[in-house]
Amino acid sequence: MCLLKIENLHAGVEGTEILTGLDLTVKVGEVHAIMGPNGSGKSTLAQVLAGRADYEVTAGSITYRGEDLLELAPEIRAREGIFLAFQYPVEIPGVSNVYFLKAALNAIRKHRGQEEIDAMDFLAYVKSKMEIVKMEEELLHRPVNEGFSGGEKKRNEIFHMEVLDPTLAVLDETDSGLDIDALKIVAEGVNSMRSPERGFIIITHYQRLLNFIVPDVVHVMVGGRIVETGGKELALELEAKGYGGHTRAAEAAAEAAMPASG
Amino acid sequence: MPLSGTEIIDQEVAQEYKWGFVTDIEQETLPPGLDEGVVRFISAKKDEPEWMLEWRLKAYRHWLTLEEPHWPNVTYPEIDYQAMIYWAAPKKAGDGPQSLDDIDPEILATYNKLGIPLEEQKMLAGVAVDAVFDSVSVATTFKDRLAEAGVIFCPISEAIREHPELVKKYLGSVVPSGDNFFAALNAAVFSDGSFVYIPAGVRCPMELSTYFRINAQNTGQFERTLIIAEKGSHVSYLEGCTAPKRDENQLHAAVVEIYAHEDAEVKYSTVQNWYPGDPKTGKGGIYNFVTKRGICAGARSKISWTQVETGSAITWKYPSVILKGDDSTGEFYSVAVTKGFQQADTGTKMIHVGKNTRSTIISKGISAGRGQNTYRGQVKILKNADGARNFSQCDSMLIGDRCGAHTFPYIDVQNTTAQMEHEASTSKIGEDQLFYCASRGLDAEDALSLIVNGFCKEVFKELPMEFAVEARRLLEVSLEGSVG
Amino acid sequence: MALATPKKAATTPAANTDAYTRGFARLAGELASGGSPRLQALRQAAIERFAELGFPTTRQEAWRFTNVAPIARTPLTVATDAPSVTAADIERYHYADCTQMVLVNGRLAPEHTRLLGLPEGVVVSSLAEAWQSHPQLVEEHLCRYAKFDDHAFVALNTALHADGVFIYVPKGVVVETPINLILVGAPQDEPLAFFPRLLFVTEESSQVTIFEQHVTVGEGTYFTCPVLEIVAGANTTIDHYKLQRETLAAFHMSTLQVKQHRDSNFSSHCLSWGGLIVRNDVNTTLDGENCTAILNGLYMVEGKQLVDNHMRVEHNMPNCYSHELYKGILEGKSRGVFTGLIYVKKDAQKTDAVQANRNLLLSNEALCNSQPQLEILADDVRCTHGSTVGQLDKLAIFYLRSRGIGEEAARSLLTYAFAADIVTRVKLPQVRRDLEEFLFRRLPKGEIVRQAV
Repeated sequence: MCLLKIENLHAGVEGTEILTGLDLTVKVGEVHAIMGPNGSGKSTLAQVLAGRADYEVTAGSITYRGEDLLELAPEIRAREGIFLAFQYPVEIPGVSNVYFLKAALNAIRKHRGQEEIDAMDFLAYVKSKMEIVKMEEELLHRPVNEGFSGGEKKRNEIFHMEVLDPTLAVLDETDSGLDIDALKIVAEGVNSMRSPERGFIIITHYQRLLNFIVPDVVHVMVGGRIVETGGKELALELEAKGYGGHTRAAEAAAEAAMPASG
Repeated sequence: MPLSGTEIIDQEVAQEYKWGFVTDIEQETLPPGLDEGVVRFISAKKDEPEWMLEWRLKAYRHWLTLEEPHWPNVTYPEIDYQAMIYWAAPKKAGDGPQSLDDIDPEILATYNKLGIPLEEQKMLAGVAVDAVFDSVSVATTFKDRLAEAGVIFCPISEAIREHPELVKKYLGSVVPSGDNFFAALNAAVFSDGSFVYIPAGVRCPMELSTYFRINAQNTGQFERTLIIAEKGSHVSYLEGCTAPKRDENQLHAAVVEIYAHEDAEVKYSTVQNWYPGDPKTGKGGIYNFVTKRGICAGARSKISWTQVETGSAITWKYPSVILKGDDSTGEFYSVAVTKGFQQADTGTKMIHVGKNTRSTIISKGISAGRGQNTYRGQVKILKNADGARNFSQCDSMLIGDRCGAHTFPYIDVQNTTAQMEHEASTSKIGEDQLFYCASRGLDAEDALSLIVNGFCKEVFKELPMEFAVEARRLLEVSLEGSVG
Repeated sequence: MALATPKKAATTPAANTDAYTRGFARLAGELASGGSPRLQALRQAAIERFAELGFPTTRQEAWRFTNVAPIARTPLTVATDAPSVTAADIERYHYADCTQMVLVNGRLAPEHTRLLGLPEGVVVSSLAEAWQSHPQLVEEHLCRYAKFDDHAFVALNTALHADGVFIYVPKGVVVETPINLILVGAPQDEPLAFFPRLLFVTEESSQVTIFEQHVTVGEGTYFTCPVLEIVAGANTTIDHYKLQRETLAAFHMSTLQVKQHRDSNFSSHCLSWGGLIVRNDVNTTLDGENCTAILNGLYMVEGKQLVDNHMRVEHNMPNCYSHELYKGILEGKSRGVFTGLIYVKKDAQKTDAVQANRNLLLSNEALCNSQPQLEILADDVRCTHGSTVGQLDKLAIFYLRSRGIGEEAARSLLTYAFAADIVTRVKLPQVRRDLEEFLFRRLPKGEIVRQAV
């Protein structure tokens, strides 16, 4: 079944177009990796999927489980099962991680017509998820991401993902800045959640992550669109050759697409 | 032969005439302006003994030599002290609005959001209330219980008449009449205020808040409060109200003095939500220039200030504690919110004099709109204060990008065995936080309330329980529409 | 060794900048035989700069509390060769399962080198060798990060370093076995000065742990002035442990300069308990997004020791995290100095920086100067700093005594407890054991502490 279908997506910020006609289809059960050089628009895609208002979609469509995703407010998307692991997780001073998650989970449950989870059940549920990402209990009671180290923040994102149990998870450079042990934990978190009911879009800057999470599909993104799609061997190829060829090809394509003026 | 009280007043009144002050003693409102005659008039109106008048006059004369301070980080047009009215008798029933229908609907909406009971709404809005208002009998019951415990709780004007020995001993003992420009002004012209006396070993049987909320009306712009806690006594006092209160006086210069003897504990909580001025233009609004100070005179005594400041156009106050007794404790917990065009310069002073004295400062400043929030705090550890300790934490939160937060800690340590700890942080709430919350399924309203209450919880937990709930709501209502 | 009590306003003793220019002349032949033309020019510029700067004085803000006049006054000679040390001499600094390299008085002692299971492409060699085997890499990075314009000791090292260590970790490589560098000071009849130079370069997504131990073999005064430059490539993880455990006759003026690229993780643990006058300059620049810098330190000094930790964390890019915790235990007439600056550039939004310095004074004559500083030009950051100077809690001592523990042991237990959060931050068991062992030996009734913890 098709989980997410993006067609000819154009989006940008303050009048600058960043996504320039992006197509992507994710079926349930699939793990897609998106790689690409700096500034290729990977993070913009993640933010647009989650519904950040700063990004304006100027053309194209995003269909999520048959619905027009662009019509939905960010919190509704979350309640409908879209999860974004932020590249730079945001600190929420004064709000404990566990309290925050409980509020979030209950908002999602309410949306789905489920009853609010009670405190004891919630705690037991959360503890089981903490083990997967090897979270220290202390981080549960600290304000969300406040004073967390880079690695702790990234692990916390995976922990949120585990707790909120999304249908489509988008990981935006969750592997950046992790040591090898933390990287393995993140990878195990994702691998343990792979299921025929769920899809993943994993955006990464470093090929190393794909040694631990084996994707079904690898995309190369350059200049705001997908320029090549292949299997996991594509990642290795990129590692060896870099993005040079793709960048030049994209530039050529962009030039060709431009009206011939001056 | 000493003169009787009435004779003294008669004399004073005569003197006023001598000074060329032409007014009828029965007159309810003095014309604008301030001179010795006004001071005498107020004192006479209050039936005060001569020593009290002398005290006021001394303050007034000293005030004349002082200059208005301009070091706080706030700006406002110059105040014309001769254009102000220093005496207006409380309004009679019938002068004010006749029913809630006459009240600005916006204010009523706020009352409802805060969940304030209808009767209380009327009182706050200045609507004439029926004689058989429930709270009157409630108040009487409270008064009986307090009297039983030996607690004196009355208007300070009454205390001056009924308990002159106490007032004489303590008035000005913590905030001297010439302490600063506004304190001197207050000493000269204060209209009324509260007096609290807790006898040795007595634990005040109730929060003085409840009683106060129902009874304290129109205490005026120069309020004066004096709290005396005898050895081993304990009292919790709450001033103010979460509801926005209408007030025609622009300048408020209150003075609060607290005197704690050995092993006594005083907890003073403030919720201040006066008119902040027009949120769009910044016009109007109260200037709140307050002097609050307590002295932990006895060993092991404790004074704790908690404040939630959301109102006023300009707030300028530094509730302070002089830690004189060995092992005494001073605390300051503050949430100050500035939005619209509000400005706040607030903080505390902890003066460590005795040995092993401890102080804790937790200050949370929230700025939204074009609000400016300044924390200014001094921790002073004197030479003989062996083993003194201080912990200060000053956090600022900025909502939006046109507001400002400033932190000015002053630390003066003259004793090497002292332990000082200072932490400061500034965080910004904006699109990022709200989007992050939204991406986890929370809408903007829930997110903001979550964030703001999380930020302030260390202070809220110091408030008496029912007020903590109201303070939370107050903050939510205050900051509504600040983001998003 | 003659050590006059320093005068209050110390001035530069005109004395001994000469000793170093003479040393520079004496070493000229050796120094010219290696390196590159750029390095030769730098050496010349550096020695000239040093002659201009002279030794710092307490009139300079960065040296206000640290009087180095005793070093300047000591008639030091720049070391031109190195004595040999035996395996037994350095046995106690040896860690099992580590790659090991030993420098004596700033020069490689190759007989002690052990390379254990280094993955392909990893280089651990002396700097002199590296100039032969990897000239391009060394040229690209050496003396590029630690600036000597206003730092006399970096200038001295730049001009006079004869040898040092070069470590290189290629892209994607995880070096599982830690690298243990033992920098031996071996005092000779005349007091010597030497200038080890270390350079660690790591490429993208690599990971390595390095110990840097400064130890003394023998007795007598010497002056060591090491400079370490670290390049943390993108997405790397580098753990650096420095143990400064020299004798009380050593002068130690060190500089660590780190350059961090995006997504890098750098942690430093600086443990100082040796040396008479010790200064650790620890600087890191966070030059890419999403960098993490963890800087921990513990110093425990007594007698007339002085230890000065001088930190500068430069947040140049957004979304970086730095966390500093330095704790000091001061006994006798010792002095601790801490200066920590967190500098946040205008564009470095979302910076999260924490700095804390905590000091425990165990005697009334010990002195501490702690100056945490923030300089923030960005407006959306979280920066906190805290500083404490205190004594053992009398009530806690009383509590322990009421449970039957003697006063001395109680004090030791509480002192250990104070140090414990740095001890537990040391992830490597070898180093942690060494640190604990030091504390148990050093604290009165340490055996009781050992049993209790």
